[in-house]
Amino acid sequence: MSSEAAAAPKTNGWEPKIVAFCCNWCSYGGADSAGMGRFQQPASARIIRVMCSGRIDPLHVFNAFLEGADAVLVTGCHIGDCHYVNGNDKTKIKYKFLENVVRELGLEKERLQLNWISASEGEKFANFIRDVTEQIKKIGPSPLKPEGVV
Amino acid sequence: MSDSTESKSTDINKDSGEKRVGVFVCECGVNIGGVVNTKAVAEYIGTLPGVKVTSVNKFTCSDSGQADIQNKIKEHNLNRVVVAACSPKTHEPTFRACIEQMGLNQYFLEFVNIRDHCSWIHMWEKEKATEKAKDLIRMGVERAKLLEPLQASEVPVTDKALVVGAGVAGMQAALDLADMGFQVYLVEKEPSIGGRMARFDKVFPTNDCSICILGPKMVEVARNKNIKIMSYSEVKAVDGYVGNFNVKVEHKPRYLDVTKCTGCAKCSEVCPVEVPYDFNEGFGTRKAIYVPFPQAVPLRAVLDKENCISCKACAKACQSGAINYDMQPGFTDLNVGVIIGAVGFKTYDPEPRHDFGYGLYDNVITAMEFERLLNAAGPTGGHVVRPSDCKEPIRVGFVNCVGSRDKATNIYCSGVCCMYTIKNAQLLKEKRPETDHTIMYMDIRTPFRGYEESYNRSRNLGVKFLRGRPSEVKEDPVTKNIKVRVEDTLANEIRNLEFDLLVLATGIVPHEGINQIQQLLKLSKAADGLLMEAHPKLRPVDTTIDGVFLAGVASGPKDIPYAVSQGSACASRATILLKNKKAITEGITAVVNPDVCAGCGVCLPMCPFQAIKMDETPYLNTGIKKANVVKALCKGCGTCVTACPTGALEQSHFKNEQVLAQVKNVFKFQEVVA
Ligand SMILES: Cc1cc2nc3c(=O)[nH]c(=O)nc-3n(C[C@H](O)[C@H](O)[C@H](O)COP(=O)(O)OP(=O)(O)OC[C@H]3O[C@@H](n4cnc5c(N)ncnc54)[C@H](O)[C@@H]3O)c2cc1C
Ligand code: SF4
Ligand code: SF4
Ligand code: FES
Repeated sequence: MSSEAAAAPKTNGWEPKIVAFCCNWCSYGGADSAGMGRFQQPASARIIRVMCSGRIDPLHVFNAFLEGADAVLVTGCHIGDCHYVNGNDKTKIKYKFLENVVRELGLEKERLQLNWISASEGEKFANFIRDVTEQIKKIGPSPLKPEGVV
Repeated sequence: MSDSTESKSTDINKDSGEKRVGVFVCECGVNIGGVVNTKAVAEYIGTLPGVKVTSVNKFTCSDSGQADIQNKIKEHNLNRVVVAACSPKTHEPTFRACIEQMGLNQYFLEFVNIRDHCSWIHMWEKEKATEKAKDLIRMGVERAKLLEPLQASEVPVTDKALVVGAGVAGMQAALDLADMGFQVYLVEKEPSIGGRMARFDKVFPTNDCSICILGPKMVEVARNKNIKIMSYSEVKAVDGYVGNFNVKVEHKPRYLDVTKCTGCAKCSEVCPVEVPYDFNEGFGTRKAIYVPFPQAVPLRAVLDKENCISCKACAKACQSGAINYDMQPGFTDLNVGVIIGAVGFKTYDPEPRHDFGYGLYDNVITAMEFERLLNAAGPTGGHVVRPSDCKEPIRVGFVNCVGSRDKATNIYCSGVCCMYTIKNAQLLKEKRPETDHTIMYMDIRTPFRGYEESYNRSRNLGVKFLRGRPSEVKEDPVTKNIKVRVEDTLANEIRNLEFDLLVLATGIVPHEGINQIQQLLKLSKAADGLLMEAHPKLRPVDTTIDGVFLAGVASGPKDIPYAVSQGSACASRATILLKNKKAITEGITAVVNPDVCAGCGVCLPMCPFQAIKMDETPYLNTGIKKANVVKALCKGCGTCVTACPTGALEQSHFKNEQVLAQVKNVFKFQEVVA
């Protein structure tokens, strides 16, 4: 990706690609509820299901950026509601570390986001995807996106 | 599908050699097919390496859809199956069973959600939805190729049950299970079982006496040899899993020996302390030591330490010497195979917002308060009087949907308020025909057997129905009457009405017990704040936690017949486990590769279930003790895996390479055309 292209965001019709990691019990269910409630949202997110947000490995997040993700979402159950007691507490700690590395990589902070979404919060899920998509459309494609990748 | 039972064994050999993937794209009627161009998707997916066949079905989950999968597995010698349809949360078990019948390991199924996560949320962007579906399925295909065979394991089930909450729903569940021969522990936080229904005078739609039908049931529960009632008790901790839950129950001190107390209430007679009577919704008083209500089960007194002044009068009065002021909380540890949550609800509290003047004006009361006033065993012996002057009201107004169907409070319908308001107006009208009743409603909802008839009966009795919501409620400072300004939206006119008493139909809301059960059992809540079932239509009393079931209002507003049916339904669902004495648990766990493990122990504290142990002896000739995952304890969250610095730990079915295959295939390389 040439730097000019990154500097001039292609917002016209351009749909960012967002990798959303969701835990089976809450945020994945939240995404299902968004569907059941027909809460419309931009076609930007690609959901990857893990059993618990605690399984979301920095390795997965970095790979997503290196492969071309314009943003990566780390999502799970609300604190206190993790299906496995406290996996999300550990996610919170890992997320701090991830934030730092993402900054080191020169990525804008909007490109990595954390959110706790329960299985019933379909509207919240949809709003989250819409908000992130809007934010990313403003700043354009990720500077790490390899050339030719869509 | 006659050939489908040909091989029931899981043929792990199918894993060797070439990966042969079949992709089945579901149209889900028009749910998917109406938005996503499934033909184009299948065509594209067919070009991916390893994909031997693609197929589009109207309903992949139907008999013919499943037969198609099974036929194609045979025809094309498939060893991996990708189903692109709805949500794995509801349909994964169906397709796992479908491929297992053909001898494939059930974990060779990859489920891609192109409905809830695609067609339903991009209804007006057909092209983008189609492109997204292609991406999602490509991700699934690449993951599918890396899936490995796993074995689900079988765990023994303790043939005992715990029922939490002894309202009408929990009692029914306990009775049915007990009658089928299983030992049941029935934990109730109040001093008596019975729940909300014990407080009503009569119950709609037939207006039969509530305690006359509930009382015998309560006694039946108490007499049943297979039921152990633990009243005035609460669940404090739960661990374990389906078939084998370890539960800690706390018994709050009653400050008397229940084996000696006879429920004679001599103690209450002498107690000098009077406090508002909670069972009567705060009307009238009770003593600091009291029997909860005349039909209480167990019929035992309870001493309320908070209000006790330690005068010891009761100890002197008690002829059986039951009183013990130094009693401490007791604890019981239970081991049960299944848990049924039936913790019920509370009613919306209009006090903080002073809805319709509640809390400001004496003569605005809630329906629950009205129920107690109507009750022959209530604070006024069944005479409905108004709080300001204890006079019997003539003009009674009812406001429906208080704390329900209202953006400012709760948007959902509480389901029972129309009916109980109709009932309450009827009951008073029948007692005192001179009374005049006006129900101010938004819509009247009478969906079940006998409900519409009850509504008609009210109209025939002369109860007035006014469609409109009061815009202003004021008190006449002299008469204490309630003046209501309301728009009659059918007649299109503003009405100014005066009532002697105004009754608010407060809705159903979650209480502390819901939060407690949710956290202890790791359940989800629905949008109304009550507990969520596994599937709203097909698994209405199951939860996402195996072995845990829900009955009654705890999982959404409902009336008594519905709550009772759910109690029975829970008992029946639970019996499948209790009777079989075994449950199948997920094969997904963490696994340590001892050749790579450095024995650092970083993973040990990561596991909330203490499932990882260090080996007692060094591994082979390495001199290093390695970590080991105890399969029976591991719940397969994968949290430990991310902590392992060497990569020795992997989570089966969610191995790094499997997750990364999805990550990589979110994207595709597109030749830039000059
Ligand atoms: C004013 C009013 C009038 C109504 N009238 C009618 C009617 O006429 N006809 C009709 O069909 N329906 C009526 N209903 C609806 C009816 O009340 C419910 O359908 C019924 O009570 C539901 O029973 P349940 O067992 O689910 O809950 P509940 O009756 O609330 O029982 C739940 C039990 O669980 C206990 N509990 C709570 N938390 C815990 C905990 N943490 N640990 C242990 N135990 C706990 C509670 O103390 C309670 O005993 C009315 C409702 C209201 C509000
Ligand atoms: S996967 Fe989860 S439950 Fe299993 S050992 Fe690791 S941390 Fe414990
Ligand atoms: S963290 Fe990894 S290397 Fe360390 S003991 Fe656990 S499995 Fe072995
Ligand atoms: S299961 Fe959702 S965060 Fe752990």
